[in-house]
Amino acid sequence: MSVETTGAPRAFALPLRRKRLGAELPGWIAYALAAPSMILLCLLMLLPIAVMLVMSLTNYRFGDLSYAFIGVENYLDLADDRTFWRALSNTFVYVAIVVPGSVALGLALAVMTTGLRRGRKIYQMIFFLPVTATVVAMATVWKYLLHGTIGPFNLVLQSLGLPAIDFFSDPDLALTGLAIINIWSLAGFNMVLFAAGLTAIPSELYDAAEVDGLSEPLDRFFSVTLPLLGPTTLFVIVTSTITAFKVFDTVAVITRGGPRGSTDVLLYTTYLEGFSYFRMGSAAAMTVVFLAIIMVFALLQTWVLDKKVHY
Amino acid sequence: MMSAGVELDRIEKTYGATTTLRAATLDVKPGEFMTLVGPSGCGKSTLLRIIAGLLPQTSGEVHIDGASIDHLPPRERDIAMVFQSYALYPHMSVAENVATPLKVRRLSRMARLPALGRLLPGQARTRREITDEVRRVADLVEIGPLLERKPAALSGGQRQRVALARAIIRDPRVFLMDEPLSNLDARLRVTMRAEITALHRRLGATFIYVTHDQTEAMTMSSRVAVMMDGTIIQCSTPQGLYEAPEDLRVARFIGSPEINVVASDTVAGWEGGNTRLGQLLQRPLHIAFRPEAVRLSAESAAQTDMLHLSCHIERTERLGHDVLLFLRVLADGAGVTARIPAADFARLDAPGGVLTASLHPADLLAFGPDGKRVALPGLAAATNRGLSHVG
Repeated sequence: MSVETTGAPRAFALPLRRKRLGAELPGWIAYALAAPSMILLCLLMLLPIAVMLVMSLTNYRFGDLSYAFIGVENYLDLADDRTFWRALSNTFVYVAIVVPGSVALGLALAVMTTGLRRGRKIYQMIFFLPVTATVVAMATVWKYLLHGTIGPFNLVLQSLGLPAIDFFSDPDLALTGLAIINIWSLAGFNMVLFAAGLTAIPSELYDAAEVDGLSEPLDRFFSVTLPLLGPTTLFVIVTSTITAFKVFDTVAVITRGGPRGSTDVLLYTTYLEGFSYFRMGSAAAMTVVFLAIIMVFALLQTWVLDKKVHY
Repeated sequence: MMSAGVELDRIEKTYGATTTLRAATLDVKPGEFMTLVGPSGCGKSTLLRIIAGLLPQTSGEVHIDGASIDHLPPRERDIAMVFQSYALYPHMSVAENVATPLKVRRLSRMARLPALGRLLPGQARTRREITDEVRRVADLVEIGPLLERKPAALSGGQRQRVALARAIIRDPRVFLMDEPLSNLDARLRVTMRAEITALHRRLGATFIYVTHDQTEAMTMSSRVAVMMDGTIIQCSTPQGLYEAPEDLRVARFIGSPEINVVASDTVAGWEGGNTRLGQLLQRPLHIAFRPEAVRLSAESAAQTDMLHLSCHIERTERLGHDVLLFLRVLADGAGVTARIPAADFARLDAPGGVLTASLHPADLLAFGPDGKRVALPGLAAATNRGLSHVG
């Protein structure tokens, strides 16, 4: 049905107006209403990052009254700094242990607790408890639990006739020990996210799978549960990666980067650089690198994987 | 295609104290299109899920072709099911969705692994066969061009076709359909109704179809089983249900607008009719008659064997080729619905909105206080016109 009877050229047609409800407001009101949150956003989020970016280009030392711009020298120094590279690689190894561990454990806990006929709530609450605990306090407890001589974990091992494992004084095991603590504290959080994802799977899909012949629990898990948890899994991986990258408390409380630098992670090194050696410029450069890594992960996962997991 | 008969023998289902199915008994013949219809909560979907094996019954037996299948899991019952929500695997393409039932049956678990499975030797031939099957079935339900798409990129009607294809490819003995059209819009529902009926004819398989929509039940089925309160109260052809309901609830459920129901002592007070009718109406009965059985005229008619009621018109609804008149009997205040062709309505002259409604006693259906049909002997013999002008 055409209503264009005059044959007027389209170029003269009025531009489409946005739909509005009630009276139209002048534009400045919209900006005025948005201003408080925009100002706060700038002050609290963007400004600190900008200050840090600027600081990373200076030789500013904590407490100094003056500083000079030295260009990218801080970054060039980092490139030659073996401590920095060791911290970086330690952090990656740490993330590579924590993310698969906490995601798999969270998924397993979610599937198991959701399938429970009774007691689902109480189990999920218990598994969620570590998330609510203070990391520093729990780190102290774990330090005792895994202690080489007095820790209950090793007492059990010894009573079974097995050799004791001293996690935090063995350079090969210290990072793993810290990762176990983080998996323990993160799995409950991931479980809650997965459990929410599980409730969103329509039950008719399981019925259809059953009729189609996918009746074994493993078949059901791999053909329905796991694919439909795709979006949840992506989100869980992103948040777990970022959390694991930010590891600091357990290192500061338990190992202080040792033994022999084996648990020296990025944030701990940055902290030492800035607040022990007062080299703020250099610390700021490290933080920029840290932020860049997190950003790359976030972008990679949202852009590349997003397309494959949303249906 | 081997179609099979399905017999349900006194199926019961209880959840704790609540009973959802009580002694549901039904005999579905091979190749039949059987519809289970009833209001929501009557247990029709529960019954279908019991036939599929998705839900165990509390007692009773399900037989396919005479053999009990109660011990078999769903995959071994040789049935296919179409769901209301289509239940397509959202991460798979249309082709993969349709192929799933065959892959599960013909490929080993290892060979079904994503990506890796293709590398296993000795399955290229099976995969080719499956692909050919998928293409054949896809053409049958006209989704050939959509095979590479994901379900999210399809419309509701297309998704339901994919679900049908996934059911057909199995070549099952029995098709179960759980309200497959209720998520579609009204226009599409009419087209899909015709397509599913055509598909049934072409496949010659046994269909058991669940719906709450009496129009679907009446238009598609060979026979219809009406379910109320967890049991099947009547199973008959659509025409049989309409003309000879055995239960007042069936009479009320089938037919739109709803059948007229009045108490027998009210009918006894109506003018006309013969003495035999008067005697029969001494018993407490529910008397029911279809709206199209009501004749309307402006003047009081002379025919003595008819019942005559003076009514005034409360409200009219024009349905296009028909008009519904909601009447109130002047003498006793009983409400009567009449349905007449629009042309007759135009000719009708009702001064002051008052007219005479006439009923032939043979059009009356009598139901006892328990709602069961009661024969009115002598009335049916008076004439055998029946309801020849139904529709």
